[in-house]
Amino acid sequence: MSSGSQDEMQENLISAGSDWTFDLIERFNDEIGCIAKEEYNLDCYPVQLELISSEQMMDAYASVGMPIGYHHWSFGKQFVTSEHHYKRGQMNLAYEIVINSNPCIAYLMEENTLTMQALVIAHAAYGHNSFFKGNYLFKLWTDAEAIIDYLIFAKNYVSKCEERYGVDEVELLLDSCHALMNIGVDRYKRKSRSTLQDEEYVQNDREQRLQHDVHELWQRLGIRKEEKKEESKVRFPPEPQENVLYFIEKNAPLLESWQREIVRIVRKIAQYFYPQRQTQVMNEGWACFWHYTIMNRMYDKGLVNDSSMLEFIHTHSNVITQPGYDSRFYSGINPYALGFKMMSDIKRICDNPDDEDRQWFPDIAGSDWRETLDFAMRNFKDESFVGQYLSPKIIREFRLFSILDDDTENTMRVTGIHNTRGYENVRRALSNQYDLGNLVPNLQIYNVDHTGDRTLTLRHYIDKRRPLADSTKEVLKHLHRLWGFKVQIESVDEMGNTSISHRCPEA
Amino acid sequence: MAMIIDRRVDGRNKSAVNRQRLIKRYKRQIKKAVSEAVTKRSITDIGSGEKVNIPTRDVAEPVIHHGRGGVTERVYSGNKEFVKGDQIERPKQQSGQAGGGEGSNSGEAEDDFAFEISKDEYLDLLFEELALPNLVKKSSIVKQASKSMVRAGFSNTGVPANLNLIRTMRRAKGRKIAIAAPYRQLLSDLRNELEQELERTPTNEARIKELREKIGVISAKIASVPFIDTYDLKFNQYIAQPKPVTQAVMFCIMDVSSSMSQETKDIAKRFFILLYLFLSRSYEKTDVVFIRHHTSAEEVDEQTFFYSRESGGTIVSSALKMTADIIRQRYPINDWNIYAAQASDGDDWIDDIPLCSDLLSNTILPLLQYYAYVEINNNGHHALWKAYESIEQRFESFAMRQIASVEEIYPVFHELFKRKEK
Repeated sequence: MSSGSQDEMQENLISAGSDWTFDLIERFNDEIGCIAKEEYNLDCYPVQLELISSEQMMDAYASVGMPIGYHHWSFGKQFVTSEHHYKRGQMNLAYEIVINSNPCIAYLMEENTLTMQALVIAHAAYGHNSFFKGNYLFKLWTDAEAIIDYLIFAKNYVSKCEERYGVDEVELLLDSCHALMNIGVDRYKRKSRSTLQDEEYVQNDREQRLQHDVHELWQRLGIRKEEKKEESKVRFPPEPQENVLYFIEKNAPLLESWQREIVRIVRKIAQYFYPQRQTQVMNEGWACFWHYTIMNRMYDKGLVNDSSMLEFIHTHSNVITQPGYDSRFYSGINPYALGFKMMSDIKRICDNPDDEDRQWFPDIAGSDWRETLDFAMRNFKDESFVGQYLSPKIIREFRLFSILDDDTENTMRVTGIHNTRGYENVRRALSNQYDLGNLVPNLQIYNVDHTGDRTLTLRHYIDKRRPLADSTKEVLKHLHRLWGFKVQIESVDEMGNTSISHRCPEA
Repeated sequence: MAMIIDRRVDGRNKSAVNRQRLIKRYKRQIKKAVSEAVTKRSITDIGSGEKVNIPTRDVAEPVIHHGRGGVTERVYSGNKEFVKGDQIERPKQQSGQAGGGEGSNSGEAEDDFAFEISKDEYLDLLFEELALPNLVKKSSIVKQASKSMVRAGFSNTGVPANLNLIRTMRRAKGRKIAIAAPYRQLLSDLRNELEQELERTPTNEARIKELREKIGVISAKIASVPFIDTYDLKFNQYIAQPKPVTQAVMFCIMDVSSSMSQETKDIAKRFFILLYLFLSRSYEKTDVVFIRHHTSAEEVDEQTFFYSRESGGTIVSSALKMTADIIRQRYPINDWNIYAAQASDGDDWIDDIPLCSDLLSNTILPLLQYYAYVEINNNGHHALWKAYESIEQRFESFAMRQIASVEEIYPVFHELFKRKEK
């Protein structure tokens, strides 16, 4: 490097120190934004950076990343847990939290050094941000324009209910809704957009209509006694419903309109977070890939110096470490590690494919990496992303292996390792592991005994003989509270035999 | 263009409400944890918060998920020795490997749910439903020594430091205007006349000279009105107001004769800690007097009280006599709420017992708010107990209980100070 260009480098350097100031953060944000948008064509929401203290970070933790949340003891539980661990040094706070909203809100913690702030800006404010804007699941299920308004509406509504009906009453209802949150999401429908004003306006309207609809249903069903026999054969709902909270909101006979609205709030929030649960590997991988790429680009441009770069690399490699299964630090596959490796690997396959890559990925080997990566980010979720892009090279690097645990056998069996015979199996198993449909039991609203005692029947379609966990009994109590009448679960095994597996109240 | 917002100035306690809700919801479990914890505490950290453990199953939030069993296939990293087809024993406990996003809510193999509550929360929970007996009687007594200066209007006298400038200057101005007023009128009349004389022809020189002299004299009179005078001065006035201080003194009386083992003393110590905490929560100031006795009594510091070993027989009345003396000398009953707690294994010299009864009922109890006696042993009642039983029937301010083991301290304490329904 000639002395001339070294001077030039010195000129570009943003700061040699490690303390941040608002000016420096702004400067970094400008440079990072410029690299992200102009050099790499990332399509982002406008960015809003918010400086917060560590206590506020724990607050944000507690509300599962919602910037505005209604009050509930479970958030307090979350808070004291992280506070406890943090104070005893058992846990570091995450460096960043980012909200899927427009503008995209990214929190920067005041304890971070300047380099860390730059990393967080690149990671969250441009990485996650562009993922939120581009990925099909987020486009389909979340509305970045409306979420903040909706959360404000939800918070106000819940406090209003607490004032009117008592904190305890509302807490019981929320407990029950939370218990059903993971089986209270739509998987195949499109939601409509709404702003705060719309929401409030529509809510009043909806309140009356819903109550009316419900009464209509039960009245109509009550009258026709002579037709009882025929009608009892007709199931309600006519098609099984997978979204339990939705069904409760629309059909529970005894709920008052404010209770329906709260059920709806919990359901909406569950739906908002649903894509995040399905894209953990991709989302983090994408963000890590971009903070890595952008930071290196900044170094090349002389915007950051060697010492920042060393600090960055140290943090980066901590984040993307994958301990082995027998390490005491092992807690499953690290989504940051897997995601980052896969994203980087796609770039490698595009830029420098070898024979193996040409054989496994004939479509993308040698293609333009920017386009290929962008396509992958937009059109996949974890399950399909792993199924599509997990290369033999990564399986070797992580030394992945799959284990089959069949409770009818005495031992577990290794079904695939990182060799030619194992790649396909490992890839399929890992892909399944990220399939929420596979993780969450298949439970559907099947029937209401609408001419009899209004018993609500859910069907559990047993998959691979996996039973429902013990907590099901507790969940059913919550469902019973919402429904107001008997609730039961029919288990359907793979042979098609049905039997009642859970009942509430128990006979 | 990016927006940068400094949120650090916003409230830090966004979760405070949620935290209170958690504590309210699990009050029962937290209280249990708190009362268990008190027996493990040492007297040196009485004022700190407390770590609370609640069984995880109590705070679990149930969700639908798969239980153990059936067929599962999982992928792990870091293979070293396995090849396809290897048979592996099931690990006994799978808690560490339940990760992967979903399993964390099940909480089947987690530790207790632990968190810390603050000192105030701790004390509130510990002493909930408890009240000091006879608290009302002297709860608003006035201790003369403690006074604070409060503003009390204005006065005409005072030290320069307290001078109220605004009021002083206002008065000075008024006085100046009032005193000079007749002269001003005179002055303006004379000036008018002078002007007329000057315009007149021929001029009356003598009159003009006379007028000019008069004007000079009167102007001098106006000028000589003092700018500020002693009766203009106004001072801020402060008076000393006696401040009500609720204060209490607690006498810890303990038998340290050879029959008292360290274990028994530990139990006594914890009982005293509870009482101290409880008093210091109710009163602004709490004194503690430690009196230990074997055959003779002495007043000692805390360290000696709890940890030095003595030997010999037991004469309880010596300690009671000393208590009465100290109250007489240092704690006038009008100024102090007086509590006493006695811990003993119940042994006393047989001839001493009537003396104790007499001292208590005639001398000490009339001075006291409350006297609590705990007998620490687990093999029946001893001599002292029987003598005290008759006292308990006669005096409402006297209470006695037996403690056999550490776990009973809190329940017994609870019983002694239970809020009485009126």
